[in-house]
Amino acid sequence: MSSKSHNHDHHDEGFIRKYIFSVDHKVIGLQYGITSLLFLLFGFSLMAIMRWQLAYPGTPIPILGFLFGESGTLAPEQYNSLGAMHGTIMVFLGVVPLAVGAFGNYIVPLQIGAIDMAFPKLNAASYWSYFVGGVIMISSFFMPEGAARSGWTSYPPLSVFENGQTFWLISMVFLITSSLLGSMNFIVTIVQLRAPGLTWMRLPLFVWSQFVTSFLLVLAFPPLEAAAILQLMDRVAGTSFFLPSGLVLSGEIVDVAGSGSPLLWQHLFWFLAHPEVYVLILPAMGIVAEILTNNTRKPLWGFKSIVYSMVFLGFCSFIVWAHHMFLTGMGQAMSAFFQTTTMIISIPSIVILTSYFLSLWGGSIRFNTPMLFALAFLPMFGIGGLTGLPLGLAAADIYLHDTYYVIGHFHYVVAPGTIFALFAGIYYWFPKITGKKMNEMLGKLHFWPSLIFMNGIFMPMFIQGLAGVSRRLADGGESYAHASGVLQWNEFMTTSAFLLGISQIPFIINLIMSIFSGEKAGRNPWDSTTVEWAAPSPPLAHVNFDSEITVHHSAYEYSVPDSKKDFIPQTEH
Amino acid sequence: MSSDHDISSIQDHIRVYLIVFGALAVLTIVTVIASYLEISTSEGIFLALIIASMKASLVAAYFMHLISERNTIIWILLLTVVFFFVMLFLPLISYTDQVHI
Amino acid sequence: MEVPYIVKEREDTGLINSKLGIWVFLASEIMLFGGLFSAYIFLRLAAAPGEFAHWSAELSVPLATVNTLVLISSSVSMVMAWASLKLNDFPKYRMYMGITLLCALIFLVIKYFEYTGKFHHDIYPSSSTFMAIYFTLTGLHGIHIIGGMIVMLYFWLPVGSKMWDSQPEHFANRVEALGLYWHFVDLVWIFLFPVLYLL
Repeated sequence: MSSKSHNHDHHDEGFIRKYIFSVDHKVIGLQYGITSLLFLLFGFSLMAIMRWQLAYPGTPIPILGFLFGESGTLAPEQYNSLGAMHGTIMVFLGVVPLAVGAFGNYIVPLQIGAIDMAFPKLNAASYWSYFVGGVIMISSFFMPEGAARSGWTSYPPLSVFENGQTFWLISMVFLITSSLLGSMNFIVTIVQLRAPGLTWMRLPLFVWSQFVTSFLLVLAFPPLEAAAILQLMDRVAGTSFFLPSGLVLSGEIVDVAGSGSPLLWQHLFWFLAHPEVYVLILPAMGIVAEILTNNTRKPLWGFKSIVYSMVFLGFCSFIVWAHHMFLTGMGQAMSAFFQTTTMIISIPSIVILTSYFLSLWGGSIRFNTPMLFALAFLPMFGIGGLTGLPLGLAAADIYLHDTYYVIGHFHYVVAPGTIFALFAGIYYWFPKITGKKMNEMLGKLHFWPSLIFMNGIFMPMFIQGLAGVSRRLADGGESYAHASGVLQWNEFMTTSAFLLGISQIPFIINLIMSIFSGEKAGRNPWDSTTVEWAAPSPPLAHVNFDSEITVHHSAYEYSVPDSKKDFIPQTEH
Repeated sequence: MSSDHDISSIQDHIRVYLIVFGALAVLTIVTVIASYLEISTSEGIFLALIIASMKASLVAAYFMHLISERNTIIWILLLTVVFFFVMLFLPLISYTDQVHI
Repeated sequence: MEVPYIVKEREDTGLINSKLGIWVFLASEIMLFGGLFSAYIFLRLAAAPGEFAHWSAELSVPLATVNTLVLISSSVSMVMAWASLKLNDFPKYRMYMGITLLCALIFLVIKYFEYTGKFHHDIYPSSSTFMAIYFTLTGLHGIHIIGGMIVMLYFWLPVGSKMWDSQPEHFANRVEALGLYWHFVDLVWIFLFPVLYLL
């Protein structure tokens, strides 16, 4: 690890060292990015198959029907499998690795003026642990038992006896390890490697969001790792951590010691899974902040309150988890406690969203593709957040729990919420990463249909949920009388889903085409203030910058009165 | 931390390490003896955890140098300890505070 | 160019990267073992009254007491190893690190006898929830001991310790980080011992 050998290696790095087992945060970021985008595509396809079944029950699945047996339709266990794997893959293999592993790794060192993350080798280890976890997760489809089918939540006792869970649990151990290594790296990097002059209150909001996210990951994931070990023991070692006494399976009493508790799993799982949803949204909020301020040519309104809100949000996320468990028989004291904390946690989210809206007032708005996605994030996250409120109130949740209303709520936050923010980030930072600009017309062709069809899929879910249609039903609710009035929405939602899929084609074409023949970008094509734009496009291997980086300004000095240009870069003297 | 490491201060530290070692050994014996006392279960749990916390504090403060550690580290640990207790006690309370039909 | 603050502390935080890094990692470990302790509490409440105490009586308090003293000794020898490096005494460092490794090995051997003793009497993790959490907690702790031993071995043998010749400060920092991890492993046992064996 001495500095002498470091410089030597750079010239003679073989293909493997340079592109496969690289320790350069930019290569690792791209590895995370490509892998996670592929997983997102795969997870989307699983959902598309499910949605076909929901819209056209009994009709064989086109093209891929042969995978599901003679009838070409989904048996209930297969539907459950697709559902569980869709959720797991989208959250753990798709969105978080993209938001944190890809964007975080690539951009954070650049935004703080560092040459790399604090622990480059750990960074590589974190990616490869994710990769191995991903391979194990996907390979479960090819096992004779089939893939996991107990929901992404893996509730016992079902998950202890159902097929496919062992691979799911082992994969989770790898994914959690990857996450811990990565988040530890982020915390040390942000604390220790900020360039001279880059004080905490001068940090871009994207870096703040990654900082808070990393604390969430470091402290919330280990209990799930503990729980995963316990569930693995229940499956392979015959223990009964989560199995109560007297359990009957297929008419017979299960031969285990008993006196375990399914609720124990729920507590440990949700202790992670609630902060996890803030892991899903915080980086997205960070990206939106960057793009909004850049394309309104105005400093963000309420920078300090946004920072404090992000920190407060992170802290509160640890004490709300049992709002996922209102229907488990908790008493009044517990329910009241968690309901109260859940209502409180909506406040920082509202502060952040309101600040973003207010930041638009009086701005000189440029409607480029990243800005369109960032703007759309605002009302979409608004709908997602507001629909969460009835779920956080114990009384209303009694009716809405485990219905399509919940699915609508969380998809609004993650899909036209986080994923739109991630698209915005890709369009925004593409020029820095590749030195080329993406095509604006294809960008708009991607944006407008995506926005329309996202709403087409998820808005009707609130209608179905309010009518009482439960989630995770292989027949979509057909066998229930109370669902009969709202099932006609299924075809509408499925059509929207397929059209949403097709709307991604301009994006894929744009991405690939622009790498080769995109318009040359230059160092700072968006006239942005933050430090990453001081590097060449793309940044130099291993050292990023071609000059000494010192910071003299706060993050978003746009349209400063009496200055020559309408922006002052942070690094300007 | 490398700044305060001249020879004599290290030798002072070594003296402290040996004293702490002695204290830990004594407290271990005390723990075992205490387990034979005729007290109720909850008193026993309380006593055991008190003694264990004393031992843990000695290890953390002197072997892990927390007593002279930077604020950043102390704050991260305090945050962790808060969430540790949340994770330990809330499920416990939810077990006792149940709906009885 | 190298990442800064590997050996020299950053002025405003007063920290080197590895010090902050290892403490953040230990924070995550507190939550990992905390999850298992939370499970212990929950399961004890869910079990019939006296059931946990009944199964706990199967465990050997003398063996565990010896193990507790062994681990505490290894903690002292570990911090003495680091102090020796700070005093520029490499032979003493090797001696103390060797003692630490030996103590860790003794701990594992005693644990081996504990486990096989249980299996001989047909007591397995599946026998009761107490035994399940006992084997899991001590098993995970044992895996952490093995992990620590592997790193200790690396820093004891020339393959790792040769860094002392070219970069003594960096090497001492690495040993300090290992020491912090090892003290944590000792800390976990300080709680495991009374909770599992005495309550």
